[in-house]
Amino acid sequence: MSALSRRRVLFGGAAVGAGALLTACTSNDPGTGAQVKTNASGDANAAPGQKVTIGFSAPAADHGWIAAITNNAKAQAATYSDVEFKAVEAGADAAAQRAALSTLIAQKPTVIVMLPWDGKELNAAGLEAMRAGIPVVNLDRAFPSAAAYRLQIKGDNYGMGLAAGQYIGEQLKTKGVTNPIIGEIPGIDSLELTQERTQGFNAALATYGFKVANRRPAEFTADSGQAAATALLQALPKMDALWNHDDDQGIGVLAAIKQANRSEFFMVGGAGSKAAIDAITADNTVLKATVTYSPSMASSAVTLARLIGQGKGMSDLVELQVPKEITLASETITKANADKYAKLGF
Amino acid sequence: MIAQTAPPDVRPSPKSKRRLDDNTARNLGLVGVLVVLVVIGIVTKPELYSDPTWVRNNVLTILQQASAIGVVTVGMTFVIIGGGIDLSVGAIIALAGVWATTLATQSHGAAGMIFTALVVGIAVGLINGVLISYGRLVPFIATLAMLVSARGLAAQISGKQTQVSANDTINSIATTKLLGVPLLVWILALVVAAGWVLLNRTTFGRRTVAVGGNPEAARLAGINVKWHTVLLYALSGLCCGLAAIMLTSQATSAQAAMANLYELDAIAAAIIGGTLLSGGRGTIVGALFGVLVFSTITNLFAINNLSTEVQNMVKGGIIVAAVLIQQFRYRSLTQLLKR
Amino acid sequence: MTEVVLRLVDVVKTFPGVRALDGVQLEVAAGEVHCLLGQNGAGKSTLIKVLAGVHHADGGEISWLGEPFAPATPQAAMRAGIATIYQELDLVDELSVAENAFLGHERSRLGFSRRRAAAVQTRAILARLGHAEISPTEKVRRLPAAGKQIVSMARALSHDAKLIVMDEPSAVLAHDEVANLFRIIRELTAQGIAVIYISHRLAEIREIGDRVTVLKDGRTTASHLSARDTPTRELVGKMTGRTIEYIFPPRATNRESRVLLAVDGLTRHGEFADVTLTVAPGEIVGIAGLVGSGRSELLETIFGARRADAGTVTLDGHRITSVGAAVRRGMGMAPEERKSQALLLDEPVYKNMTLASFAGFARAGFTAARDERAAALTTADRLDLRPRDVERPARTLSGGNQQKVVVGRWLLGKGGDRQKVVVGRWLGRGGDRPEGAADRPLPGKGGDQKKGGTRLLLLDEPTRGVDVGARAELYRVIRDLAANGVGVLLVSSEVPEVLGLADRVLVMREGRIVHEAPADDLDEDTVLDLVMAGSLLEGEPT
Repeated sequence: MSALSRRRVLFGGAAVGAGALLTACTSNDPGTGAQVKTNASGDANAAPGQKVTIGFSAPAADHGWIAAITNNAKAQAATYSDVEFKAVEAGADAAAQRAALSTLIAQKPTVIVMLPWDGKELNAAGLEAMRAGIPVVNLDRAFPSAAAYRLQIKGDNYGMGLAAGQYIGEQLKTKGVTNPIIGEIPGIDSLELTQERTQGFNAALATYGFKVANRRPAEFTADSGQAAATALLQALPKMDALWNHDDDQGIGVLAAIKQANRSEFFMVGGAGSKAAIDAITADNTVLKATVTYSPSMASSAVTLARLIGQGKGMSDLVELQVPKEITLASETITKANADKYAKLGF
Repeated sequence: MIAQTAPPDVRPSPKSKRRLDDNTARNLGLVGVLVVLVVIGIVTKPELYSDPTWVRNNVLTILQQASAIGVVTVGMTFVIIGGGIDLSVGAIIALAGVWATTLATQSHGAAGMIFTALVVGIAVGLINGVLISYGRLVPFIATLAMLVSARGLAAQISGKQTQVSANDTINSIATTKLLGVPLLVWILALVVAAGWVLLNRTTFGRRTVAVGGNPEAARLAGINVKWHTVLLYALSGLCCGLAAIMLTSQATSAQAAMANLYELDAIAAAIIGGTLLSGGRGTIVGALFGVLVFSTITNLFAINNLSTEVQNMVKGGIIVAAVLIQQFRYRSLTQLLKR
Repeated sequence: MTEVVLRLVDVVKTFPGVRALDGVQLEVAAGEVHCLLGQNGAGKSTLIKVLAGVHHADGGEISWLGEPFAPATPQAAMRAGIATIYQELDLVDELSVAENAFLGHERSRLGFSRRRAAAVQTRAILARLGHAEISPTEKVRRLPAAGKQIVSMARALSHDAKLIVMDEPSAVLAHDEVANLFRIIRELTAQGIAVIYISHRLAEIREIGDRVTVLKDGRTTASHLSARDTPTRELVGKMTGRTIEYIFPPRATNRESRVLLAVDGLTRHGEFADVTLTVAPGEIVGIAGLVGSGRSELLETIFGARRADAGTVTLDGHRITSVGAAVRRGMGMAPEERKSQALLLDEPVYKNMTLASFAGFARAGFTAARDERAAALTTADRLDLRPRDVERPARTLSGGNQQKVVVGRWLLGKGGDRQKVVVGRWLGRGGDRPEGAADRPLPGKGGDQKKGGTRLLLLDEPTRGVDVGARAELYRVIRDLAANGVGVLLVSSEVPEVLGLADRVLVMREGRIVHEAPADDLDEDTVLDLVMAGSLLEGEPT
């Protein structure tokens, strides 16, 4: 067979093979998939009212948490018959998101719900929308200017660290450990939220007179979590407690712990993924607790955006208008209360 | 009939011996750097180094953490020697990893997952190679585009979720040890050995050096430069597929954002090891040492609890130093050799 | 004008392991054209670099204009008045003529370059050189090789040079451009500027030179020789230590009459058109023509490296359309630019030699380096490679020896055990089996022998930059190949070489074959006549 026709057969075979692979192996429907928080409980506000168009923009990052934000927002909007949900891709960075938002603003939705790449960089976009008469609900990453948003919902990064530190401190105090060796595996260090979490953590530990012995940042991905955890475990041949900021990278952290065959310590996670909550319930790993930073805020954001669009307030509050800022509390999930949070894991 | 001249000079020329020493010298230099790093570790953390079990564990850990990136670097070294560059290796790993851990693929068991990862790697590599060879795209641009596309496709397939591997066989790759040495390290050793043989002892390796050193001369000597270039990128893709399995096993999961910036680590390691970015010259052993140097630095910083910013600056500094030394020696060597 | 401006006494220059200059004596007078002769590897390049300030002498004395001369940098040498024009011109293609002329010492005020002043001065210098038609603002990239050389000379003059060293200046020039070069040199010398002229072409040395100094193995073996009157035999003798005449080996008389290579109506738009020729086995066909007449492009197209727009190439009846096919069918080509087109400069000699044949030596994909080295050593013996070391990087070889490596590559053909034996036979070592060869019978004459070996060799300027001694060897090799049935298609700018070597000569002009005749029926003047009538600029299409 000449070289040329040999090549053709190779390529042809590759193409056919690729096609088969494509169809067979991309079918990835996990069935019920990620938990979605719906809030369709009976309540005057839930009754259908004025039609509201919600424009939505969130980064397309490869993190389960961000994916959950988008999924939750979409699902929550689907539960309302009077809400039209328009999502725009936020692009790869702040500049792309600004551009996407300009387009969105021109389409004049009733309300905009967005999770900005960076609060400071998208502040101007928020201002632009507000000035165009479109209320903005900002998720998670704060705009510095109050005029740039109508409602801001965020988690409490500092509170997360605080909760984790308090849990660890209490546990160690109860066990009577003096001078404990504590490890910390944060996420992407250059993000402000990571810094806030670490600050809360250190502050809480300080009240017990404890401090962090070794801190190895990862990148919110499982493989970086594995690498960081492996390095940390080498550096601390004996450890008492470990706080991993993020349950998604925690998959890799737990894998590393298993690979290194270490179990003399206990671990606290972060963000509250379903996998983590399940592991805490099962109690068969070092993971004993996690502190939430739930993407359920997206569902709440959509709910409140609808209310804002219809000019209503929150039914449990006396005030007639939805509040300006809501900071969700970081809750600590342990085996004791895991069942309550099971359906809220992302 | 044969011209009478001075008796033929059949002694090995001092110049050629010098060139061999060059390679060995560089490798010795890198070993020296490793030794220095270890010594710094001993000096700063004597309490850790006093425990021989810990030391043994540490060495194995360094090797283990170097194994996936090491495999990628071997493939990258071939591409660079052949005159190209592959910026998409991290993305290929992500795509291969994600594809191998979809529910559908996992239903085919470990064999299915491994097969998928390798085939995806090779296929993407082939696409890269064809775009560069026959599409005449500059390697930098072509693989840059692939970097973006592959990660995008990976994000699409995975729905931006982390896909957990439920397959025990795959997950056990990271925990299995043979003769006390992690399986991952054995895989690295095998790939490095195979790479060395391929480069130095086979016609494939000879063609690679020719194609990278002087593609026109290779072409005019009858070598099919275009096809060989395609093969080089396919080889890199294959290494990425293998690394994807290794990483997936270590992390017991795969996601579109995995293997972040692996391309830069691989390129840096190859260069430190002595492979010229311009092509035509390179070494597999050197690449391995390059990977080990970086892995050891990470370990050193970890046990001393130093921040990663400083670590990145040190890595950057080493890369600059290695390139400068390489340039200096190459320049003075060629000047001297040109009488 | 007989005062000595440059004097070298016992100059020594060593590099690690090698004494490149081992006692050079040289005396150059003002206004003289002093020719420097020597084989490749004799030390001419090193000497040039020492004078140019690139290397520093390790011993001996150099005096320039009466003062001791030891420039620390090339700039210092230039400022002192010694300018060097290298064979590989060191011009910047993207800059203009004026910018190149003043490279390194731009006319400037407060850091801003004074372009107009530079242009004016450049124009004056170019006029002085008799080339007022070159515009100072033209990009050097656009100029033909001859024009670039003028720019190099302009740079030399812009430094107010009193000595200009020219390294093989005529290598890239066409015949009439050489005449122009000589005119310029005569004018410069009339103004008192001395010229050191390095060339292999004895005819040129006779025409332009005043005196000759001969270098051999880094040492001066003869000086103060008259360029015009010294017999060739003596010059060659001083250069090589041999007294062999520079002659062409006798032509073979027995030749097959079938057609090995058939080229029919081959055309590439803008390069050559309607070329039809044949080469028989054992026949040497020479193509004479000016630089730029399309000869190299023709060879490359025949070899399959370029695609023809029309016409066919067949070897033994098989169509050749790609390099792969050409090599497989037994064609080989030594291209014009050996460094950029043929050599892997950082790889050892033996790997360069086996570049087309390593696959043949290999077993199941694994390379057989030992066999390759053995075959390379045998070939190196055949070609008198200096130094006889197949491990050293090709970069370390002088130009002539590099050329031997390239030709040697095609002596090995597609490679394999059988080929080693064939090469051995050429050496007359019938019984000698190179190490590693399996015990197998010698192949028979004729067809058998050619299996796996090169059957047609395309040579593009095979002796460019090669010294007299090495040339004789190459001529012998080419004749031997022909005697063994290999067809040769040879392109050369040196008409005497074409006439002396080829059996049949084709004259090419502006992309077309304008004449064909047996070599015996032609003489130099006739060929030059045929070659010259027409445009003198490079690459003029038909």
